Amino acid sequence: MSDTAILNKNDMVISKTSVSVLFAGDSGDGMQLTGTQFANTVAVYGSDLNTFPNFPSEIRPPAGTVAGVSGFQLQFGTTGVYTPGAKFDVMIAMNAAALKANLNNLHHGGIIIADSEGFDAKNLNLSGYGEANNPLEDGTLNDYTVFKIPVISLTRKALADTGLSIKIIDRCKNMFVLGVLYWLYSLPLETTIETLQSKFKNKQDIADANIKAVKAGYNFGDETEMFSQHGRFCVAPAQKKGGVYRRVTGNEASAIGLAAAAKKAGLKLFLGSYPITPASEILQTLAGLKKWGVKTFQAEDEIAGVLTSIGAAYGGALAATNTSGPGLALKTEGMGLAVILEIPLVIINVMRGGPSTGLPTKPEQSDLLMAMYGRHGEAPMPVIAAMSPVDCFYAAYEAAKIAVEYMTPVLCLTDGYLALSSEPMLVPSPDELASITPVFSPERKADDPPYLPYKRDERCVRPWGIPGTPGLEHRIGGLEKQHETGNVSHDPENHALMTRLRAEKVANVADIIPDLTLDNGPEKGDLLVLGWGSTYGAIKKAVEQAREGGLDVAHAHLRYINPFPKNLGAMLGNYKKVLIPENNCGQLLSMIRDKFLIEPVGFSKVQGLPFNEMEIEAKITDILKEL
Amino acid sequence: MTDTHTCLTAKDFTSNQEPKWCPGCGDFSVLQQLKAAMADLCLKTEEVVVVSGIGCSSRLPYYINTYGVHGIHGRAMAMASGLKAARPDLSVWVGTGDGDALSIGGNHYIHTVRRNLDLNVVLFNNEIYGLTKGQYSPTSKVGLRTVTSPSGVVDHPINTIALTLGAGGTFVARVMDRDGKMMKEIFKRAHAHKGTSIVEIYQNCPIFNDGAFGPFTDKERKADTTLFLEQGQPLVFGANGSKGIRLDGFKPTVIDLEKSGVSKEDLWIHDENDLIKANILSRFFDDPNTTEAFLPRPFGIFYVEDRFTYEQALDAQIDKAQEKGEGTLEELLAGPSTWTIN
Repeated sequence: MSDTAILNKNDMVISKTSVSVLFAGDSGDGMQLTGTQFANTVAVYGSDLNTFPNFPSEIRPPAGTVAGVSGFQLQFGTTGVYTPGAKFDVMIAMNAAALKANLNNLHHGGIIIADSEGFDAKNLNLSGYGEANNPLEDGTLNDYTVFKIPVISLTRKALADTGLSIKIIDRCKNMFVLGVLYWLYSLPLETTIETLQSKFKNKQDIADANIKAVKAGYNFGDETEMFSQHGRFCVAPAQKKGGVYRRVTGNEASAIGLAAAAKKAGLKLFLGSYPITPASEILQTLAGLKKWGVKTFQAEDEIAGVLTSIGAAYGGALAATNTSGPGLALKTEGMGLAVILEIPLVIINVMRGGPSTGLPTKPEQSDLLMAMYGRHGEAPMPVIAAMSPVDCFYAAYEAAKIAVEYMTPVLCLTDGYLALSSEPMLVPSPDELASITPVFSPERKADDPPYLPYKRDERCVRPWGIPGTPGLEHRIGGLEKQHETGNVSHDPENHALMTRLRAEKVANVADIIPDLTLDNGPEKGDLLVLGWGSTYGAIKKAVEQAREGGLDVAHAHLRYINPFPKNLGAMLGNYKKVLIPENNCGQLLSMIRDKFLIEPVGFSKVQGLPFNEMEIEAKITDILKEL
Repeated sequence: MTDTHTCLTAKDFTSNQEPKWCPGCGDFSVLQQLKAAMADLCLKTEEVVVVSGIGCSSRLPYYINTYGVHGIHGRAMAMASGLKAARPDLSVWVGTGDGDALSIGGNHYIHTVRRNLDLNVVLFNNEIYGLTKGQYSPTSKVGLRTVTSPSGVVDHPINTIALTLGAGGTFVARVMDRDGKMMKEIFKRAHAHKGTSIVEIYQNCPIFNDGAFGPFTDKERKADTTLFLEQGQPLVFGANGSKGIRLDGFKPTVIDLEKSGVSKEDLWIHDENDLIKANILSRFFDDPNTTEAFLPRPFGIFYVEDRFTYEQALDAQIDKAQEKGEGTLEELLAGPSTWTIN
């Protein structure tokens, strides 16, 4: 990171390429809202951006305690922003507990902006520091740059003439802090002002007070002596592709991907689902898309979630269900039915720490082998994994395309990290989206040959004959079916044939998926880092940094896990070593070893936390040292 | 169903698959009446879907020449719900059994009933697991000796009608497998009802639970053990209609019409729209074999309620959201808030 100091008339402006910020405070302090405001501002300003909320799993934890700390992390910058940042450069601590909970993730020498009034005796006791040990005063923070700001007093002073109650004025304190931060990073206030105007359009006094607080915070930065010896910062906008952008979380992107696929295919979207952390926002988002004809069905359980979708798919809808690990386990029998019925179905599994209830709010990549093999009988299905919040859109979209065009259930894997992270998405035009072409069997006349629901085309794909179409009346089910007719058959040779044909059909999906391309690095060399899913950002950053340090390392990232891209085996053979970092105990690794008979190096992290780039870069360095 | 196409016959609803039920199975009667009802209703084969779970009765779809899906155990109601929600235009029938609907699928049963999708559910209750060869079911009587209850069943059985009313059922009926004519009429009423129609059929399994319903079918006993519900008619039963039911407060009492001097007009008059009375009727659940002063077992339509269906309400919400036109793909992709980078 090359930092340039420019001396202005009054203050020094230091240029940065990227900055990671954590907003941390009590659950009631509005940190998610404040962080979101900041994210919107830098997004509109043109920065690269990645955000991640970190809130307590309890709904109303005790105020002032470490358990009650709510955080919103984001990284923005000119280049190289692929994650919310491994550690923060700046922390906003609204109280003592917020500092205590997050200090170990602040870079040494990092900036702390603390609301000094959140460090009173009560807060110090609740936080566990104890009232005699105020970290702002006792030297604990000597390694950091600390700005102590009496936020409540300053906010009250700024809003004294509004005539609003103290309670309402105090609620504006987060806007004051936001103003300070805008000053510190030389950012414009307009986006936030516009948002506040529209959010409180029926409560003008509240809008005015919040706007006043933001401006007061900004002016405080200008006027106070506090910052003068440290200067302020400037992060130039990214060199982004021109166009219209929106901000999406992974879960929103998954939902929109499904809805867009239905529109593009000319089908109605049906989502049968049961609420589960961290997948519920997909159901919630789609429930709000009735204007686009989306039907959501909040089922009585996970099993009904998948079975209602199978019913809808039989009826000709683009059907999907979404869940997380425990729910995927419950859906497995239904998914097997979808395999043998050979109907389109998208299952989005937002992975979380397991087994059992495990770590519901923490990400993990440990459902890969269940996605691949977790059904009774020979029941293969395509598996796709999203690698970034925006990619959740494209992964869901492609899952729908494969499901419809290959008459198969498709599993789309995301995880809790992608689900809640957000980033700017370049809004595609409808023409840029791949076509999705469902083929419904046409009406059959009385003297036409009999309808054969399991007569396959050259790709082994059967036709989609939906109820309501005269002449196609047929009965199908979970019992093994006779080749072509679909009638029940217990014939041994027929079962062998149908098992083979179902597998062949899934294997044939490889014909339409793109070859795996390198994300970075040479085509041949010492080391390939092969990733899948949400490790993308951390691996990308780690490989970039390692290459800047002169190491011979490349990065490729798998989205299509079943079937694999056709060139994967050849690519793996071009490197002396293959490193596979995974948030599990080596699940992709065992698939790769099984399929290609090579021995990759695994790098496993199962802490309910995503990888950070430093860990991966260190591992790369270690491996290359040994070569 | 009054459009111009020529109505089909029951034979037109017969598929090319041979039923694989045991000789003498009560399922044959249900299949026959169902096809006859579909013909009477002038349904088209392409607009009907029969959905089932797993069990002997769940083979039903294979034998009807309409669309059909034979699903997995217990999940017929869920699959049918998704189909109906996505395709309200179809006539969706569910074939399920006491194990399928009330044991492994009990949760789906309750929630389907309360949601009130317009489904016609044919619930074959033989009080036994037939396909898996004779284990007791959730409706088996206490004391029944089976391969899994060699010393007799100790589970208290489910009262299907009471459960269905408790779950918010809007069409609740019971019929005996051998009462073909009544069954067909009830199927037709079930189809006409807009909502989830539950038709419980007492279906004899001649192999594993033969005679389970003997107290209600034996020639010598059935007059005293059965009560046939007719809308607006007094509750009369017994040989030559010699007995009736009078409601004393909330207590149903058997009246001997010949000896008591009570006239039929003073008896309980059946009102299928009265939920309180339907609930009391559902508790006429005595086992005549083990209870001395038993109430007769009612057959017919217990309760009908006109309530909005799930799919109507869902479609109404979508229509309202689309009042000013359906959303375009462009709008969907852009979402509520965007910014532009040049």
